[in-house]
Formats: sequence, structure tokens, C-alpha cells
Amino acid sequence: MNKTISAAEAVSKIQNHQTIMVGGFGVPGTPFILIDALLSQGTCHLTLIKNEANISGMGVSKLVEKGRIDRIITSHLGLNKTVLDMMNRKEVAVEFNPQGILAERIRCGGAGLLGFVTDIGIDTILRENKQVITINGVTGILETALRADVALIHAARGDSLGNLCYEKSARNFNPSMATAAKIVVAEVEELVPDGTLAPDSIHTPGAFVDHVVRIDELTAEYSILEDYVVG
Amino acid sequence: MSLDRKNKIAKRAEQEISDGQVINLGIGIPTLILSYLDAQKAVTVHSENGILGMGAHCGLEEADRNLIDAGGGYVRLENGGAYCDSVLSFSLVRGGRLDIAFLGALQISAAGDLANWMIPGKYSPGIGGGMELAQKARRVVVTTFHNHKGGDPKIVAECTMPLTAKSCVTRIITELAVIDIVEGQLHLKEIAVETSIDEVVSKTGGPLVFNENTVKRF
Repeated sequence: MNKTISAAEAVSKIQNHQTIMVGGFGVPGTPFILIDALLSQGTCHLTLIKNEANISGMGVSKLVEKGRIDRIITSHLGLNKTVLDMMNRKEVAVEFNPQGILAERIRCGGAGLLGFVTDIGIDTILRENKQVITINGVTGILETALRADVALIHAARGDSLGNLCYEKSARNFNPSMATAAKIVVAEVEELVPDGTLAPDSIHTPGAFVDHVVRIDELTAEYSILEDYVVG
Repeated sequence: MSLDRKNKIAKRAEQEISDGQVINLGIGIPTLILSYLDAQKAVTVHSENGILGMGAHCGLEEADRNLIDAGGGYVRLENGGAYCDSVLSFSLVRGGRLDIAFLGALQISAAGDLANWMIPGKYSPGIGGGMELAQKARRVVVTTFHNHKGGDPKIVAECTMPLTAKSCVTRIITELAVIDIVEGQLHLKEIAVETSIDEVVSKTGGPLVFNENTVKRF
């Protein structure tokens, strides 16, 4: 079985009004080539689940700036003034989650669970409009699981079976998102022959992945952001 | 040469760290603490985006496009460091394995309540990892300027801004003072050599408990 397809074919699975998950935390792990293909396709009225919205003019920010995203479920937009301004002008709806709660909601969705109870945020405005449950004397918030129609993720290496290895801090949300969508598309920097990834080193087994897109050449967006070099 | 305000705070904050601890450094002043870390202390720095054993920021020549801290700066990995995904990264935080979280603040109350993520109508960039760090680290040390630009106190009797977490802060380190929070009271423990107890009292928005004879200088 060969799961490799082109970026354009992969994003053709995404339709208007669907929910997408996009991996990455900053540049590391963001699937810029799949995002560009989605941008070219013109799909709109999407709900986006991503840790942040990249920075102005990059990655998913381009989808938001072009008005393709109706709603963002995220953790932090502090590095993207353009999207924050759009949020403040109510051009895009934003739901903020504590970062690990966002990750856990995705993990839950991927694990076939409906939700979980946590005391994170119990003394804050996050409690508003959420179901509160007491377990063994501790009061917590019911957080619901998140799933998507399509997950777009990035890996350093993969094979045609969809087995994936991530690199360094580019792992972040990619492995959990790979479990939590009806269709999972992974772009890989290096497509290696089947059977050459050490089985113990595979982060996401291919059974979770529907389509693999080989990156022919990394675009400029994958490069070092010189403005963020502070050392 | 005397240190600027940020570095003075960072240098003092380093003394909070013990050998063998797992710590998290928030964005801004906390990040500077790494520059002062005593090489004799074996410390594991956690970064929310899935790094344990994070090293200092590095320059362009060493920068790796796949290795950043939670604020986007390029970093090194220390020997023995490890990577994990976001789920495991926050299991470490919520599971109580983090010894100290150094965090910034908009307001800290006498009860140890922390507000650091939102000014309604003005500033709302999102929560990030701060709520989980504040609520679940074994110890929360706030490193911040003593006052807002314009002079309003950050250390107050009660927070008026939306809370990050209740009763979580145990120590506040500013460019002027080290203040402990014990049973709902602000205890002045140390003041900077450049200041006086009177100045610290006048710039603090809640009552300070202290004994003039035992307040140390830093």
C-alpha cells in the first residue's frame, strides 16, 4: 500500500465549513506546503484548531488573513498582531484554551473519549459556561474532546506506509493531531524506503495516517526567522 | 557596571534554584535567569513546546530551524536533554513534576493570586501554558518589575484583572524587593541596595509585613 499523493490531491479532501487541525508550534512542525496548497484551493468557512496562528503573513495566518477561517480554537496568538487585530474587530472568532488543555482535548478526541475533567482554570473566567463536576471532593471543569475532519501535520521523515518520525521541537502537536481526525495528511521532508525506519523509533505508526505528501523542496517559510535570533 | 532592572531581577531569581530541580522559565525576564545559572547546579529546564533540558539562546550560526523555546527564540539542547510532544510536556506540568515556574505578572495579590494573561478590552493574546504552570508547579516565583509603566503597583491587596490562578504565588522578586506570600500577607524579606524600605512601601499596593532589622539587601 502506497499512501503518497500530491499536496493538491491531499487538500482536495478538505471542503468548505469543515474543521481542520494543523500541527506546529511556531515554525517547527507547521506544514507550510500543505497550508499553501489549501490556500490555493480556496476552501473557506473553516474552523481551525492550532496551537497558535504562526506570525503575520506566514502559515495559517495567510488563511486567516484571506478570510478562509471563521473560527480558531487555539492557545495563544501573542506573536501574531494581525490575527489579534482581526479577532478584536470580530472578523474571526477565537476560543482560547490553556495550552496543555488544548493538547489533552485533542488527545482525548484521538483516543475515542468524549472529554475529561480538570481543575485547571476552575478559579478563573474559563469556568464560565462550562459544566462543573466534583470528583472525590475536587471540583473540576468538564473539557470536551476535539476532533477534526482533516488533520494536516508535518514530520521530518516518513515512509509510504505513513510511519512518521518528528524532529526536535517540531514534534509538539503533530502526534496527537495524527490521532484525532477522520483524514490525516502528513507532509514529510524525507520519504524513506518502507522498512528502514527503526520500529522502536517511529513516533506515529502508519495506521494513523491516510496520506503522505513528500516535500520536494522546503520553501522559505521553513527557514530560520532571523528576527527571533536573540542569542 | 550595575545591571539593568531586568538582569538584576534575573540574577536574584537564580538563587531560588537548587541542584537537581526541574524548572520552567516564562517569556521575558524569566528567560534571562539562564544567563546567571550556576554551572555547579544540574538543572533541567522545561519548555512548553516539548523540551526537557533546554539550554540558552543561541546565535544565528548555531540556530536550528527545528529547535525553539516557547517564545520562538532559538535555543540549544543540553547534554542529556530530551524532546516530547505537547501532551507529555503538559503531563509533566499538571502531574506536579515541575519544581519551580518563574512567571511574569500583571498583578499579584496578598493572597498569592496571579493575573498575567489578560487586560479586558486592551490585551488578550491568549492563555498559553501560564495557567497550568501557575496552578500546578510545586513553587511559583514571580519575576517582574515592581510597578506598571506609569507607576501603578503590580503588587496589590486584591487582583482586579482576570486571574490566571488563585493562591499560587509564594515569592515575588522585583528590581526593588523580594516579597514572600505567607497566609494571605505580603512579607518583605529583602530590598535592593539602591532603594529604601520607605520607597518599597510607597510603591507597593498592599500592606507589607516586615522587621526593619531583618530585611536583607540584594
